[in-house]
Amino acid sequence: MNTIQRNMSLTGEPPKTINTQQKIATFIGVTGLFILLLASLNIDFPSKTLWLSIALGAMSVGIIWFSFAAYASKHAGIKNDGVWFKSISSRGYLAWVTGLAFTGFYIVLYFYPQYLGLTQEGDNTGLIALFDPLSYLLSGNPASQWFVYGTLYTIAILAFGVKFMLKYRHNRYERLRTLSVMFFQASFAFLIPEFMARLNSDSFSLPYYDLKNIWPLNYYNFEQYRVDSFISAGDIGLVLLLFGIASIFIITPILTYKYGKRWYCSWVCGCGGLAETAGDPFRHLSDKRLIAWKIERWVVHSVLVFVVVMTTAVVHSYLGEDASKYWLTKDVFLIGVGVFLTLLFLGIWFFKREELEKDARYGAIGYLAIILILIGMHFTAGKTLFLFDAETLRSSYGFLIGAIFSGVIGTGFYPIFGNRVWCRFGCPMAAILGLQQRLFSRFRITTNGGQCISCGNCSTYCEMGIDVKAYAQKGENIVRASCVGCGICSAVCPRGVLKLENGPLENRIQGNEILLGNDVDLMKYVNQN
Amino acid sequence: MEHIVIIGNGIAGVTAARHIRKLSDKKITIISAETDYFFSRTALMYVYMGHMRWENIKPYEDWFWEKNRLELLTGYVKSIDPKKSTLHFADGGHMSYDQLIIASGSTTNTFGWKGLELEGVQGLVTKGDLEMLEKNAPNKKICPHAVIVGGGLIGVELAEMLRTREIEVTMLVREKAFWTSALPLAEGELLSQHIQSHGVTILHETNLDTILGDANGKVQGVVIKETQEELACNLVGITTGVKPNIAFLDGSGIETDKGILVNRKLETNIPNIYAIGDCAQQREPIGNRAAVEAVWYTGRMMGEVVAQTICGRETTYNPGHWFNSAKFFDIEFQTYGWVQPKSRRKDYEAQFHWKHKDHTKFMTLAYHKEQRTFLGINTFGIRMKHEVFDRWLTEERSIDFVIEHLKEANFDPEFYIHHEEEIRNAFNNTPVTA
Repeated sequence: MNTIQRNMSLTGEPPKTINTQQKIATFIGVTGLFILLLASLNIDFPSKTLWLSIALGAMSVGIIWFSFAAYASKHAGIKNDGVWFKSISSRGYLAWVTGLAFTGFYIVLYFYPQYLGLTQEGDNTGLIALFDPLSYLLSGNPASQWFVYGTLYTIAILAFGVKFMLKYRHNRYERLRTLSVMFFQASFAFLIPEFMARLNSDSFSLPYYDLKNIWPLNYYNFEQYRVDSFISAGDIGLVLLLFGIASIFIITPILTYKYGKRWYCSWVCGCGGLAETAGDPFRHLSDKRLIAWKIERWVVHSVLVFVVVMTTAVVHSYLGEDASKYWLTKDVFLIGVGVFLTLLFLGIWFFKREELEKDARYGAIGYLAIILILIGMHFTAGKTLFLFDAETLRSSYGFLIGAIFSGVIGTGFYPIFGNRVWCRFGCPMAAILGLQQRLFSRFRITTNGGQCISCGNCSTYCEMGIDVKAYAQKGENIVRASCVGCGICSAVCPRGVLKLENGPLENRIQGNEILLGNDVDLMKYVNQN
Repeated sequence: MEHIVIIGNGIAGVTAARHIRKLSDKKITIISAETDYFFSRTALMYVYMGHMRWENIKPYEDWFWEKNRLELLTGYVKSIDPKKSTLHFADGGHMSYDQLIIASGSTTNTFGWKGLELEGVQGLVTKGDLEMLEKNAPNKKICPHAVIVGGGLIGVELAEMLRTREIEVTMLVREKAFWTSALPLAEGELLSQHIQSHGVTILHETNLDTILGDANGKVQGVVIKETQEELACNLVGITTGVKPNIAFLDGSGIETDKGILVNRKLETNIPNIYAIGDCAQQREPIGNRAAVEAVWYTGRMMGEVVAQTICGRETTYNPGHWFNSAKFFDIEFQTYGWVQPKSRRKDYEAQFHWKHKDHTKFMTLAYHKEQRTFLGINTFGIRMKHEVFDRWLTEERSIDFVIEHLKEANFDPEFYIHHEEEIRNAFNNTPVTA
């Protein structure tokens, strides 16, 4: 007799954990990881170039072989069998161990890089020293903890990108999108900045610049050392500085208008890139409840306000007072920010007020008021800009948002909270793009008439926690600020109901319950109320 | 306050409740013996497959019901006394109503085979069935081999479910190919191929004779009618369609046939009692539709209709153009209008078949031979826009127009390879066939 204890919670059993090839691939990958671990324990490898190559090669080969073993022999199609049964993807033991390991890694990376072997005076040791040969090869400089992180990050996106493309090989949208994030990570985020560093000399110096990393995601882009560095680097530096400003004020709005925020969040962005590749097995863990959406709106927009205030304060702190030396003085800048935000607010208020939820209206008014009061207080009460010193604001933002939120929680907790926690709750760039997408963009997810069966696959696999089916089952299009356009809802839909597309602004959101299949008179009644 | 009682918390009953609430302040009670909360029946398979948890297939969060003042009651209605407008529950309680909507859905349809009572013989309709399947077929150790009787939508779902746990599956299909009671043969054959490519054995033109049990009352095999051959198995899935769940109405005076007989206003023979969804049977079938339509979408439409009537806007059930959808392992299916299987095809219906060389994308377009009016489309592996086909059917467009404009109806994700030109060329080079 079988003595298996079952309860009524309908938990199933996966058929088999992993096959033989996957076991071998796991062994190879873990070997690579183990070499890195030994290096961080200060084992001095005789040939760093060789051992680094072996480590990185083994990890890449391990991941890619594992993926082929998992998917290549199977039909092209949706591969979600057993997702909620597997320990790693259902917040089981493996998930917690992985989450804690990553969290620990981030804490060391951000706050104790010396444990990784970072040495201020003299040669690096440990893990960072292992990466020195690669860093010298690319930029001519010794490695830093950020170089180590960047290399591992890029390998993760590339190798898990291959996995993702195999998993969704029937879906060209997914394949192209993944190729795109792999390209932008490998070139813009990793190689180009390293090569740019080669241009630097005693007389010429550009700051490390990932061109696609736009303010406010790149919250430090307009800090004094960078701006000074840009300006002192002559025309090239000036072009880069202007590009940084144009990115947020011109390029981003145009692209978001045409394609939605997906052009950035799931085609270009590095955070998105990691979430979509290494983070893909955790996308269903995002919280779909209405309450989570409410919290999301308040938190992410508060971060946006924080970064605006912080950046304003920082820029203000290094501008001059004397208008005869340079037109952009402290006062001009502050007044400019105040005027810009007020105009932006008024524009939205007059043209798009109907599309804002009640709490969004309160929030917008409240935040604008706070900023204007702060600016007003500055002029009336004197020096205490924004109650805090600019440097205090900058360092607390860097600590709370830049390190803890985006790194430790956002990535370390992938296996617990899902892969887009940072993008959803924390990223100020996503907040700006989201406002544009919600109010002024051609992008939408179209619902296919009355074909929805409320099965819930779309909502379950939405990494941003959007309850997609809540719209689809009413026959409504989905126009949500947070949607990053990953396209997985459309892919997993068993009835062909959802399609991401760019179209005209009219009828972008159908507020009616248009469920085709009924006669016209009934639909008129249904839509009257 | 008028009390509306709805028996059944499936898509029909819940849609009715939601729309009555939108239109009125009436007291609404939804009764279910199956589950506390509404769930998507079409998604049961995904829970067993590990794609979703139970909570993921509930279309509304649990607070939704209280917020909308929809009272949920878990209980089994044993009988109805229309004279006293009262329901009696199996546990002895009762409840009175002013208006009653019966939306009790379906149960598994069987053909009286011997051995149906054995442990390990089951359908796949209710949450109870899902729980039973977890018990009967938790893995391939306890259940190495399953036999599925019936080549239809539930059968292929069950096959896909069991294959995710690597259980050997044999399907007994009465016809020459999969689901040819609804599809043209050419499509059925391609689907059979696809299902077999997923490791399912299909025995075509094969019927079940009896189910065999062991000394403990557990299933141990089936006997095939045609050959009297014995097939050993640990699970028998009965998926030969569904039938209205109306046994509890015996003696109530509510007129039934296969289902609860209703007129176009979805009224039964007794005033203030309506029937909607799977359990309702139209006295006169509407157009090409079956008298009993056990489809998600029709249940939803009937719910909308009955809500209008109950809230004082008498409305008839007047469904528009037929549509439906399904998924067979990796192949998605949508249909708009009517593409008839051989058994129901009229002389005037011509069909154009197209298939992609990889055999995972194919379609059939039906049209009137002489008038060339477009009648309907079955599309597999290529998504099509509901709205566009609905409009073309209303406008009675010709097949030539539809072929010419097929691209406008495409609903595949961006960057997918298009096949419209290939389809157009094939159409232009095909002689008209019946």
